[in-house]
Amino acid sequence: MKKIFQSAYLAFIFLFLYIPIIVLVVYSFNTSRFSTNWQGFTLDWYRVLFTDGPLMEAFANSLIIALSSSTIATVLGTLGAFAFYRYRFLGRQVMYSFVYVLMMSPDIVMGISLLMFFITIGLSVGATTLLLAHVTFCLPFVIVTVYARISGFDRHIIDVAKDLGASELQMFRHIMLPMLMPAIIAGWLLSFTLSLDDVIVSFFTTGPSFEILPLKIYSMVRLGIKPEINALSAVMFLVSLLTVTIAHFFFAKENK
Amino acid sequence: MTRGSRFRNFAIGSPMLWIAVFVVVPYLIVVLFSFLTRDPEGIVKWTLTLENYREIFSPVFLRVCRNSFVLALGTTALTLLLAYPFAYILTRIDENIRRFLLVLMIIPFWTSSLIRTYALIILFKANGLLNTFLLSTGLISEPLSILYTETAVFIGLVYTLLPFMILPLYASLLKLDRRLMEAARDLGATSRHVFFHIVLPLTLPGIIAGSTMVFLPALGLFYIPDLLGGARSMLIGNFIKNQFLTTSHWPLGSAASVVLTLLMVVLLVWFFISTRRAHSGDMETVR
Repeated sequence: MKKIFQSAYLAFIFLFLYIPIIVLVVYSFNTSRFSTNWQGFTLDWYRVLFTDGPLMEAFANSLIIALSSSTIATVLGTLGAFAFYRYRFLGRQVMYSFVYVLMMSPDIVMGISLLMFFITIGLSVGATTLLLAHVTFCLPFVIVTVYARISGFDRHIIDVAKDLGASELQMFRHIMLPMLMPAIIAGWLLSFTLSLDDVIVSFFTTGPSFEILPLKIYSMVRLGIKPEINALSAVMFLVSLLTVTIAHFFFAKENK
Repeated sequence: MTRGSRFRNFAIGSPMLWIAVFVVVPYLIVVLFSFLTRDPEGIVKWTLTLENYREIFSPVFLRVCRNSFVLALGTTALTLLLAYPFAYILTRIDENIRRFLLVLMIIPFWTSSLIRTYALIILFKANGLLNTFLLSTGLISEPLSILYTETAVFIGLVYTLLPFMILPLYASLLKLDRRLMEAARDLGATSRHVFFHIVLPLTLPGIIAGSTMVFLPALGLFYIPDLLGGARSMLIGNFIKNQFLTTSHWPLGSAASVVLTLLMVVLLVWFFISTRRAHSGDMETVR
């Protein structure tokens, strides 16, 4: 009895989480433009989607920003996690708490603070400012992910490398990097999805000269429902699904 | 200078410089602006004032805030109520099934919340699936108008933020030592006693972490009311956004941001204190 109740509860929550997404995906194949009724299977909306120039451009822009910002954030974040672990320096504690504050801080505050910063230094919003903003909000997630792994290491490994004459760079390059690789990949994947999905920070840090997909969707949805958006959402859901599956593959291999 | 120390300076310097330039400096600008005035044309002037904070704590504005706070608290309470049993059951089932369900759980967490909000519009609209379903089962005779109401915003927030509550709770329940519960039961404690005196206090860090991850975004996710609640601005997030985009009152928007940030710091400090009390020294959440 208890078992049945528990399974029913799990099913209820999963249905709550998945029904809207499933409906969205199913409707992206529906022939009817406005009706809720199922009128037949079509791939038309995907055709409309992939021939929509501005939308595809926004998608390409999103990918470029997500790829480059997650890569820069991963490089900086890995160095940062290593620095926090290995070195004692002035302001280390303060900086480390800033990483947490940054990770938890409401997106809207980060968005407006960066907007005001860019305007103050006279940088007009566009691709550059968007890239800088995305690296900034991805950075703490990489630092925390990599730091979680590095803090579990045996410190003697470093001592052995140093005793054998390795420089700091050699030790980082040949010992730390290979050992940290699963966490680095996880951090990169996390940054990639965060960047691809972000609405709020991007809303304030890019302008009409550089449109990205989430903002494009946002302005389209505000004008009403279109079947192309269903198709687009289904594609984006597929991207998230793939990313999680890849990430899980790395973690699962790690845990064995 | 040796090669080692050059690398050391680079490893410390580059990320710290980035945080200093793109986090610390912008935050300081926000704090500075929150003490400035603006003239009727919306141009910011270098006159220091506390007027913006007075305006935020004025009864008129607090009434606006109250709506947002009630919504955020309600969202936090409902997600906690839904997520706690869910996370608890999840930790108690067979390892192999659990692994699969966990992935199933993480997928919505990684899916764009904008798209998930959009999916709700399709469900809620007058001729949408929910109404069609309810009408056909005879539960209602008139279509419900959920879309563009406060209820839609509330459901939207709960739906979007539920995964953010489940994952910290799951992480913290997973660390719970089963033997403590067995020992208590052996000593004659009732299930209720075990829950309120052992399980709940030991998972408090998870509860606070989850609540923080739900409560703060629930104040700021301005696009959910924009899409589900019609044109009305309901959240503090909408208020801040409007100060920057429509009314262009930057100092007032900055002051609201400072208050929001302080609120976050209070919640974070509370989290760290309670974590230390629960004797588990890390802040790991499953991501």
